[in-house]
Amino acid sequence: MKTPDTVTLHINGRPLSVKTGTSVAAALRIADAPRMGVARRSVHGEARAPFCGMGICQECRVDIDGLRRLACQAHCEDGMVVEAAT
Amino acid sequence: MNIDNPPTTIEHCNILIIGAGPAGMAAALAAAPSGARIVVIDDNPAPGGQIWRDGPAAHLPPQALRMREALARCANVRLLCCTRVVSTAGAGALLFEDARQGWVQRYDKLILCTGARELLLPFPGWTLPGVTGAGGLQALVKAGMPIEGERIVIAGSGPLLLAAAGTARQAGAQVLRIAEQAGLPAVAGFTAQLLHWPGKARQALGLASTRYRTSTHVVSAQGAGRVESVKLLHAGRETEIACDRLACGFGLVPNTELGRLLGCALAPAGGGVQALSVNSLQATSVAGVYAAGECTGVGGSERALAQGRIAGLAAVEQNAAAQSYIPERAHWQAFADQLHRHFALAPSLKTLAQPDTLVCRCEDVPQARLAACGNWTEAKLHTRCGMGACQGRVCGAAANFLFGWEPPAPRPPLSPARIATLAGTALLPGHDGLP
Repeated sequence: MKTPDTVTLHINGRPLSVKTGTSVAAALRIADAPRMGVARRSVHGEARAPFCGMGICQECRVDIDGLRRLACQAHCEDGMVVEAAT
Repeated sequence: MNIDNPPTTIEHCNILIIGAGPAGMAAALAAAPSGARIVVIDDNPAPGGQIWRDGPAAHLPPQALRMREALARCANVRLLCCTRVVSTAGAGALLFEDARQGWVQRYDKLILCTGARELLLPFPGWTLPGVTGAGGLQALVKAGMPIEGERIVIAGSGPLLLAAAGTARQAGAQVLRIAEQAGLPAVAGFTAQLLHWPGKARQALGLASTRYRTSTHVVSAQGAGRVESVKLLHAGRETEIACDRLACGFGLVPNTELGRLLGCALAPAGGGVQALSVNSLQATSVAGVYAAGECTGVGGSERALAQGRIAGLAAVEQNAAAQSYIPERAHWQAFADQLHRHFALAPSLKTLAQPDTLVCRCEDVPQARLAACGNWTEAKLHTRCGMGACQGRVCGAAANFLFGWEPPAPRPPLSPARIATLAGTALLPGHDGLP
């Protein structure tokens, strides 16, 4: 439900409401708890999730509104469209 | 302070500060009364750096809030968040990029407050989802990652492990074990020294845990698609702990890439790592370029604040005022020295990575392929290690510890950048573009 304290984004086509100020990395984990929030596949196809949490390792890179960005350094915004590895 | 639309094409300021952590904020606040036009950039969505990272689950200390408010009242300070340095752009200019566009920022003086990152060492299973850094876990939790009810093992080295455990418990997780690689005499020696820094002693008492074990290190993480258990080694005996998450960090490494790209000299900074070399007024070896905080050696936020004030004042040529903070800086430098002395990494950690353990997570290069190389350049040519998206920031520091290889020389772009940003600078007069 939409409240002033939440924003709603789409992760891999599914809507998700999170607290304002939540990072996309945190949202990945909320949307995909069983897999700990997978962001990408490695060059050999391994699932990778946010790792360093501070914009260094690049493991959490996802497609946000058509641009490749780091999920740990992006805030969730209303209407944001996130594509992560499945 | 104005947080408005970023400028286009070419902007100019008197003082440019890279990084809005404690050092960068202190530098900006110290320099602001001079009336200089100041720009502060940070790649995170909010100021505060790692230690004062804001987010829905962050609890900022009063000092951090006070400094943020004070900065917001400075009309001559402009804070640009979610902004990264892509490259140098000729003398006295840097190329920036945010989520929308790239632009060139010219400056008269530059203050580097680029902080530190965690030393993340490879061990079997470290690429599994559910493994993060220790500070990494804190950062993710502050940014709203839910960990309530998770069973967590924290491992590695340094006081950050206790801080991470505190954050995890506060967020409702169950901390099963805190594994410190340093031995009891070293940790006890460090704790005894804390009497010289009463604030730190109080902090340590607040974080004390019955789950803490010294001389204990991670062996491996296991699980199908995510962490399900962690093996730890203590006194020759291996134990396996079922858990949902492992947070593992082996201390901090100064972020020197931008300074090195600018030609700033390095100096040994404790803990076996190199940091940006600075003089008593925080000036680097390059004229007009200052550095403050963890990029000059890891030492905590109090040292960073003192250094930031000195750098900010020195940059506006108030040297006498800058010098008045030198005793405070020395007090916290002594704390940093104790930290490095007591939490030195055991050489046995070099054998954590097995031949098939990936060392380079970007290009999936296993330890065995690197062990066959003689140096970083050879490894890069033969294995693509360090040529992926992180540009050697993780594997370079790991290879430095594992093999003693000199970290790779930074090359532009410093972080993955959009073609449009790079193309923009190639068109600038007097700049011959980027490789």
